[in-house]
Amino acid sequence: MRLQTTRTKSIVTTAMAAMLLLAGCHKKQSAPPPYTAPPAAPAAAPTATLTAEPATIDLGQSVVLTWHTTNATSVSIDGVGPVNLNGTTNVTPSNSTNFHLVATGDGGTADANFRVTVRVPAAPVAGTSSDLPDDATFHAAVPDVFFDYDSYDLNPAGHTATQQAATYLNQHSNIKLLIGGYCDERGSAEYNLALGENRANAAKTALVNAGVSASRIRVISYGKEKQFCTEQNESCWQQNRRAQFNIDR
Amino acid sequence: MVNRKRLTLVKMAAVAVVVLFSSAALHAQDNVFTGTNTGADRIRIAAANFRAGSADAGSLKQTFDSVLFNDLQNAGVFDLVSKSMQPQSTPGTPQEMRLDEWTAAPVSAAYVAFGSLSVAGNRVVVNAYVDDTHNAQYPQVLGKQYTEANDENGARTIAHKLADEIILRLGGGIAGIAESKIYFVRAGGGTKEIWAMDYDGANAHAVTHLSTISLSPRVSPDNSRIAFSSLGKDGFQIRMYSLLLNRPISFPSGGGTNLSPAWSSNGQLAYSSSRTGDPEIYITDANGGGARRVTNSRGPDVSPTWNPKTGSQIAFISGRSGLPQVYIMDADGAGVQRMTDGGYATSVSWSPNGQFLAFAWDRKYGPGAPGGQDIYVMEIASKRWIQLTNGIGRCDFPSWSPDGRHIVFAVGSGARAEVWTMLADGTGKHKLAGTGSDMPNWSFR
Repeated sequence: MRLQTTRTKSIVTTAMAAMLLLAGCHKKQSAPPPYTAPPAAPAAAPTATLTAEPATIDLGQSVVLTWHTTNATSVSIDGVGPVNLNGTTNVTPSNSTNFHLVATGDGGTADANFRVTVRVPAAPVAGTSSDLPDDATFHAAVPDVFFDYDSYDLNPAGHTATQQAATYLNQHSNIKLLIGGYCDERGSAEYNLALGENRANAAKTALVNAGVSASRIRVISYGKEKQFCTEQNESCWQQNRRAQFNIDR
Repeated sequence: MVNRKRLTLVKMAAVAVVVLFSSAALHAQDNVFTGTNTGADRIRIAAANFRAGSADAGSLKQTFDSVLFNDLQNAGVFDLVSKSMQPQSTPGTPQEMRLDEWTAAPVSAAYVAFGSLSVAGNRVVVNAYVDDTHNAQYPQVLGKQYTEANDENGARTIAHKLADEIILRLGGGIAGIAESKIYFVRAGGGTKEIWAMDYDGANAHAVTHLSTISLSPRVSPDNSRIAFSSLGKDGFQIRMYSLLLNRPISFPSGGGTNLSPAWSSNGQLAYSSSRTGDPEIYITDANGGGARRVTNSRGPDVSPTWNPKTGSQIAFISGRSGLPQVYIMDADGAGVQRMTDGGYATSVSWSPNGQFLAFAWDRKYGPGAPGGQDIYVMEIASKRWIQLTNGIGRCDFPSWSPDGRHIVFAVGSGARAEVWTMLADGTGKHKLAGTGSDMPNWSFR
């Protein structure tokens, strides 16, 4: 699998197109094509290729990254750092990674990408795959996401929680998920239902980005119509500002 | 006259109190005219006790007298003569009317409503008259006969119809609201159902029996349907209830959560739908067909309300810039304009004359902030606003009466909520429905 810049190609294509256009003007013999100065010879644009072998590994294995560049003065790979103009290196990614190489030269920059897929082994699941875990097990593994005041963006704790949930869900592909969006009792009922929808969808989006199929996830906003905690204090309100994960049985 | 002066003094004192309380927002104005207390003198009118035309009319006549009195008092355009000041006589016909009894102080009435109520078989019959006390030669300005079923509701209905007739004749040609209805949410036993009541809080009864949580009732302009949103297995969805068939009728789901329907005066629906994953305002026909999206911004867009005057503009609530604010836009989504300048603003309702927005606003919102959520009215053209409630608890869900002179709203929230009404200048507040009543919606007529 090779990914190569097409800069050189496009220059050639442009030149050929120009020639074709000029050739089309041949009927008027008396009007020679106007003189145009040939473009100053540009510094040759760099090219870059990046491959990895093997492209798919199990967790813990390493891959060999190999890259070739031309007309480059400096080369760097995201996550690896500055590297030689051509070379190889061993990497051991812990999850699927998009390696991105940037070659910079006098003629511009070129980049190349290569995706290495890491197969995360499924944790042993007791019983057959159709068995669903009980709610206590599920909630221990898939924590609810709590939100800041009047916000539907995930905070750092929320990101951690959704990553943990995604890992579990990726290991238990038989589980379908119901995400409930909840708000505290302050604020207006209609607006809170819309806000709860945004909260549940923020959690869903984070799971989908972490590899959980969107078709496994259903979202329901309860606004402030179903409260976990009914006292009027901040710790209670925080309890109610959440996206709750449940098994969609 | 003494009494009138005293009233004026009381009013001035009340205004002074309001001004003091809202001193933090003194750039807010004192000249947003909502159609009541505009400086014109209220017409002084007396509602005489009606003459019982038959022996068995007693309890119905009492109901009728008190409902008529309350309707005229609630109207906001009359200075009603107190019952205790009225003459002893109860004229049943124009011939029995002695106008000098009603013109003399302390009655000093400019108009008198009077007549008789009798029971004839299974019907109750009311002959009603209104006299202009200053026109001794041709005093009668109204003479009508009403017939309804022989029960409390019949007596109420006649009183409402007569009051509306008097309000129409004497109140500047704007139809009265005594025959209008208010729909609301009633919580109990873990469920919330849609209820209906008369405009004065009487005759409250359940409309839906869905045993789930139903919110945001909105009655159609022709009073034939109620749109609302209801919690089902796919979350909140728009539901439709036919008041003609007395049963739910189908309404399609477009996916996602669907909330807060609103009728235009020509029968279109606007509501919030998260079918794309983000709550946006959609417009459909009355049966849910031809859905089109009219907002496009990240964050909650919810609680649309149409300009009832033109049907070409929609006000709505959006969290696109953080805390929810009131916005208006054309019905095609163009010309979006933010109306509120901060705080937490929700639950907007557009006045029937198209000039005002009523909404709930917490101007100092936030953790630990001292703010209370109150009802405000904003003049759209100038964005000037006045505060209508203060210190009675958390207020929400204002809804304009068809004549634009009244606003019904919720006080408190959840199980503690009550439905109150007031004149659009904030006076005359009183409770209509007790604990567990929320999200009122006033019918179009």
